[in-house]
Amino acid sequence: MKTALHGGLRLPGNKQRSTQKPLRLIPAPAQVVLPLDQHAGAAAIPVVKVGDRVLRGQLIARAESEISASLHASVAGTVRAIEPRPVPYQRNAPSTCIVIDNDGSDAAASAAAVDYAALDPRALSEYIGNGGMVGLGGAAFPTAPKLRRGQQGDGPQLILNGAECEPWISCDDMLMRESAQQILRGAAILCHALQASRCIVVIEDDKPIAERAMRAAQAALHDERIVIQSVPTIYPAGGENQVITTVTGLEVPASGLPSDMGVLCHNVGTAAAIARWIDDGEPLIRRIVTVTGSGISEPGNLEAWLGTPMSELIAQSGGYAGSIARLLMGGSMMGLALPRDDLPVVKASNCLVAALPADLHLRGTEMPCIRCGNCSEACPVMLLPQQLHWFARSHDFSALESLGLMDCIECGCCDYVCPSQIPLAQQFRDAKPALIERLTSRQQALQARQRYESRDERLERIEAERQAKLAEKRKAMTQNTTSGG
Amino acid sequence: MTFATSPAPHVVAPNSVRRVMVLVLFALAPAIVMHVVFFGVGLLVQVSLGVSVALLSEAIALKLRDKPLHPFLTDGSAIITGVLLAMCLPPLAPWWLVVSGSAFAVLFAKHLYGGLGSNPFNPAMVGYAVLLVSFPAQLTQWLPPQLADLQLMRPGVGDTFYTIFMGHLPAHLTWDAITSPTPLTSMRNSLSMGMTMQEAQANPMFGALGGRGWDWINLTLLGGGVWLLVLRIIRWHIPAAMLAAIAVPAAVMNAVDPGAYPGLTFHLTAGASMLGAFFIATDPISAATSNRGKLIYGAGIGLITYVIRTWGGYPDGVAFAVLMMNAAVPLIDRYTVPRVYGHAP
Repeated sequence: MKTALHGGLRLPGNKQRSTQKPLRLIPAPAQVVLPLDQHAGAAAIPVVKVGDRVLRGQLIARAESEISASLHASVAGTVRAIEPRPVPYQRNAPSTCIVIDNDGSDAAASAAAVDYAALDPRALSEYIGNGGMVGLGGAAFPTAPKLRRGQQGDGPQLILNGAECEPWISCDDMLMRESAQQILRGAAILCHALQASRCIVVIEDDKPIAERAMRAAQAALHDERIVIQSVPTIYPAGGENQVITTVTGLEVPASGLPSDMGVLCHNVGTAAAIARWIDDGEPLIRRIVTVTGSGISEPGNLEAWLGTPMSELIAQSGGYAGSIARLLMGGSMMGLALPRDDLPVVKASNCLVAALPADLHLRGTEMPCIRCGNCSEACPVMLLPQQLHWFARSHDFSALESLGLMDCIECGCCDYVCPSQIPLAQQFRDAKPALIERLTSRQQALQARQRYESRDERLERIEAERQAKLAEKRKAMTQNTTSGG
Repeated sequence: MTFATSPAPHVVAPNSVRRVMVLVLFALAPAIVMHVVFFGVGLLVQVSLGVSVALLSEAIALKLRDKPLHPFLTDGSAIITGVLLAMCLPPLAPWWLVVSGSAFAVLFAKHLYGGLGSNPFNPAMVGYAVLLVSFPAQLTQWLPPQLADLQLMRPGVGDTFYTIFMGHLPAHLTWDAITSPTPLTSMRNSLSMGMTMQEAQANPMFGALGGRGWDWINLTLLGGGVWLLVLRIIRWHIPAAMLAAIAVPAAVMNAVDPGAYPGLTFHLTAGASMLGAFFIATDPISAATSNRGKLIYGAGIGLITYVIRTWGGYPDGVAFAVLMMNAAVPLIDRYTVPRVYGHAP
């Protein structure tokens, strides 16, 4: 069915602040900290030991599960430690990290350039996985398993997501302005890996300079598979499912993945990183980070080596200006408020916002829900947050399940519009694990019941057979006696 | 450096329950002025009493329930209850009527169910319904609109205060001399006496639209309601469905038998049509949740209102219609859950 995106918000973007100056590569720090689990899925397994000397770009941890991503050294030097360190994740616990002391030699272990067109799609997607590629839009989902899944269909449509809808973030915007050719090069590589006949690059209409640059690059390339499409700037139109719906008019089924409907979505930054890996032999060891907020002296976009302490990026941006109310990784809607600034830049670090109180509008006193319905009007997945709120409070998990809690994308639109200042997104984030546990245990209970019932059935059948045999025997015996008597 | 943390999102719109309630009060204000223009200062006294008692009851309930006075006393919800109830009462109704109705609304209909956000029934309508079944006589003592050609004996400001607080008229006035039925009551009485609609409407209390005075109050309420729609404080679904469900049967019955059934303009501009559609049925706490549910809910209120007005035992039916549909909300909500993104319809 054709459908438009429901709800959403028009938010002040605050993006001009960080797009005034060109992209800048910052120097590698004296030490980098590289978490083994800086992607969705299983943590990578280290292939180096403490004391080993590594080159920039050398593999230091390997993806050994279906959904995982390999990790490479972002500086040349010595492995100092492999130990738990604080990391910028939602869950507030340290993760195992490989710590490398930079020896300043900058010796690189570049792979040779690859003629991707000569590779078959399967081999190409494995090779892309070897480069440690993950989605750079913020979710850090490993690219190789996504491509594998996409290859199962026949020639899916590729969508390159340049709809950077969250306030403050401008790393994709700057990348499109400055490296349009590299993005389109990545698009061509992805098209080959997926045998896609069509690639739509989606850009929100608040990025006219980026759109012009992309159109110019596309015109120069003469690749007819690739089209540039401008879409209205609405938060959260840049979410994976939301961008797919905006472009195709199709909804991603709740029980499936975009690839099930012949669509695959990658971030423009991911495409550029893939091109760099294939053409220049540099794996994913740096990324663009927007450093912005009213609390930053010289906001802009920096290209930083993974594992660089965030404080280094702040220092490179002229340091803090004023008393910082929050330091956010990500934008103001879904970003994570960091407790400290010495955490490492990871593959998912798209933006740092040093926010002064004026940049935020934090919740006031929470009042009871008055069921005004602002939330359901704003919800991009058409949920009824006011009802979910009610049932989350009363721990009614079957109601939460049937009202679609698991479909919540935690975009925070409901929070934003709530007159009662209820922390809805947080409440839903908290309720999900309990619901998942309940669904899993129900699944297990169902299986156990099926096992039990089939066992019962089997026993009954055996018993019935035994009885039948016994009856036969008796009958035979009676006949024998009668005939004998 | 270390920083304070809080869950996302880190920005919310500058909105509050109090802002919502205050805007609703602003939207009601012109109609109150219009009411005073046509029916005298009685309503102002009723509103003052209703609001004071609502706030006092709110404070008592909060105290008893061990809840903080701030922010609940100042959220504006009790004020709205007091105002809406007062607007339903005759301007000269004795003080104890609005006082007991307002107290009952806040203490019983609101706080016994858990206070703001938890009441299944609209508190003002519960208060009004209780008064209507308990003291029907006092609720019929309406005044004629203050129009030159309709002038009976008009109670002055002093008479108004005297009557409300003493519970009876000053010696120089009699109820027979000063009261007049509302247009809905008058129409009902005339039709039941065998008059045709046209004969009934010959009474000078009726104008081009419906009852004079009442038509202006209803149009002013319509204006206030549209303003709330523009501000997106309310949504169109409930008022549109409710007014349509009054207008369509009115138009149909009027077309079938113009002599026996007033038309849609009369119904839409009479009684509590607009007050109900934009200010009472739209109370989100006691209304249905989804847009489809709101359409059903609003249509139910409109239809029941028309049925009570036309064939029921009361001249107007908005209050009972709202309460009946309030009771139906859990059922409506159950069957009107919208399709979630990515799920089959």
